[in-house]
Amino acid sequence: MSLILHDTDKAILSGEQGPAAAFAHQILTAFAHSVNARAMIDVSGAHIDGCLYHGQVSLDFVERLLALGGRVKVLTTLNVGSLDLIHPEIMLQDKVEQVPLRRLMTAHEELGCQSTYTCAPYQTMFRPRFGEQIAWGESNAIVFANSVIGARTNRYGDFIDLCCAVTGRAPGYGLHLEENRIGEILFRLEGFNSAELERDSLFTAVGIIVGLKTGDRIPVIEGLPRPRDEDQLKGLGAAAASSGAVGMFHAVGITPEAETLADALGGREPIATFVIKPADVRHALEHLSQARDDSPLTAVCLGTPHFSRGEWDRLLALLRLSQVGSRIPIYVNTGRETLDSLNQSRSFDGVQHFDIRPVVDTCTYITAILEKLDGVVMTNSGKWAHYAPSNIGVTVAFGDMEDCVASAVAGQVVRNAR
Amino acid sequence: MTLLGRFDVEGEATGVALALQQPLSFWGGVDAESGRIIDPSQLALGVCLAQKILVMPSGRGSSSSSSVLAETIRRGTGPRAIVMASPDPIITAGSMVARSLYGIVCPVVVLYKAEDLPADGDCVSITVAPDGAALLTVDPLRE
Repeated sequence: MSLILHDTDKAILSGEQGPAAAFAHQILTAFAHSVNARAMIDVSGAHIDGCLYHGQVSLDFVERLLALGGRVKVLTTLNVGSLDLIHPEIMLQDKVEQVPLRRLMTAHEELGCQSTYTCAPYQTMFRPRFGEQIAWGESNAIVFANSVIGARTNRYGDFIDLCCAVTGRAPGYGLHLEENRIGEILFRLEGFNSAELERDSLFTAVGIIVGLKTGDRIPVIEGLPRPRDEDQLKGLGAAAASSGAVGMFHAVGITPEAETLADALGGREPIATFVIKPADVRHALEHLSQARDDSPLTAVCLGTPHFSRGEWDRLLALLRLSQVGSRIPIYVNTGRETLDSLNQSRSFDGVQHFDIRPVVDTCTYITAILEKLDGVVMTNSGKWAHYAPSNIGVTVAFGDMEDCVASAVAGQVVRNAR
Repeated sequence: MTLLGRFDVEGEATGVALALQQPLSFWGGVDAESGRIIDPSQLALGVCLAQKILVMPSGRGSSSSSSVLAETIRRGTGPRAIVMASPDPIITAGSMVARSLYGIVCPVVVLYKAEDLPADGDCVSITVAPDGAALLTVDPLRE
């Protein structure tokens, strides 16, 4: 069961592709050994979650690769960093503190990474294809790539994703291999009425429940309504990867490797079966909110993971429909590419009665952007609701996008606005 | 008593065991600046990892733990070695990066027998056996 290195790997390790690739491959080999991989495989793309500053070591690692003449070998996108480089004026850290944060981001660009700075690389022109072997970091992106696209990646992260990008190789284990992509735990939705099935929050709640109960196994979900769009599946995956360590899910009749229940389970019986009922969904959603209805609102935060063009169109339509505006800031995290396309099509015309603050390159729950942290912040993101209280110390109210807009107008938490 | 295991990161180290009953996530669980455990669910809350042989059943949590572990090793606030019952690639990556960048070796050992984990306070000495395996000499007497 030990790791066998191909000639390609031996060549990289011996420095034939330069000292940076050799440096990266040494780390990769130790990692591969640790996960009991039998061989390394080629990858055609990478997504790097290394732009968030965790201390001097984050920067030292990238600077070393640069000093060794390193360059990514495959198409490589970047996850969010600690700063909005397009709107630096919204950052609340002092200028000195921002220096290493900014350097960490630009140093990745110097390695040849694309300056996408988004946690939703699947919304960009660099989206991978079905069956493609990739090495991705960022939990929501990993689960989306595996589940919704059918590309193949393990849950990579700090350092290792970049080592894969610089070598074009990855440890061949886990979700890279067909036989490990079979569902093991079955979740069956029962007893929902059509109104309940229409809500975005159904997908969020199912994600949370699945994440809590499956750990790092592969869940199969039966009985989900046909999603309106990919964004509902994005919300489900992001929630599941927040409450648990889910790297892939199957939704029967919806996701590409789960045409039928038998396909999803690989013809086997599930290890365990759970039934999800409307009360379980309500319970999961209640746990996302620490604030009661009618609590005064400080801000609205949308776009975790980054808002897609489709989500923007739905939001902007809601805002245009509202006669009454609001001065409560609505922060919306999104990708650069998406914001560019909105600006080009003059999409913000007609919504000046709201205080919309697009945020790119980063996310409001990981860095200093929110001007006021007292009072309640409302979000439609299960992931934001999960992490923001401990990350930035806010009180969260969760609700669908319609509730977030209605709450901004009312100045306090309103639920079930639709 | 001697124990055998495999090296995920090879090296030698000697120190007193800090044995945790629950897996520790370095991200959110350790303050890199001081090396102290800040996860309130750990019995060893507030204990400093520096100079210790960290013993735990396995690793846990986000891949950002690699960065936090490597940062503690860089600062000298991290453990001298890590001994576990099952492998954890996130721990391996953090230790490898610190070794590759700074030349500081924090060996990572996975014991062949899970029930053999050293106890808290044991004096542990890790050496490389002739066949490349990890050889642990465990002395229950406190230092």
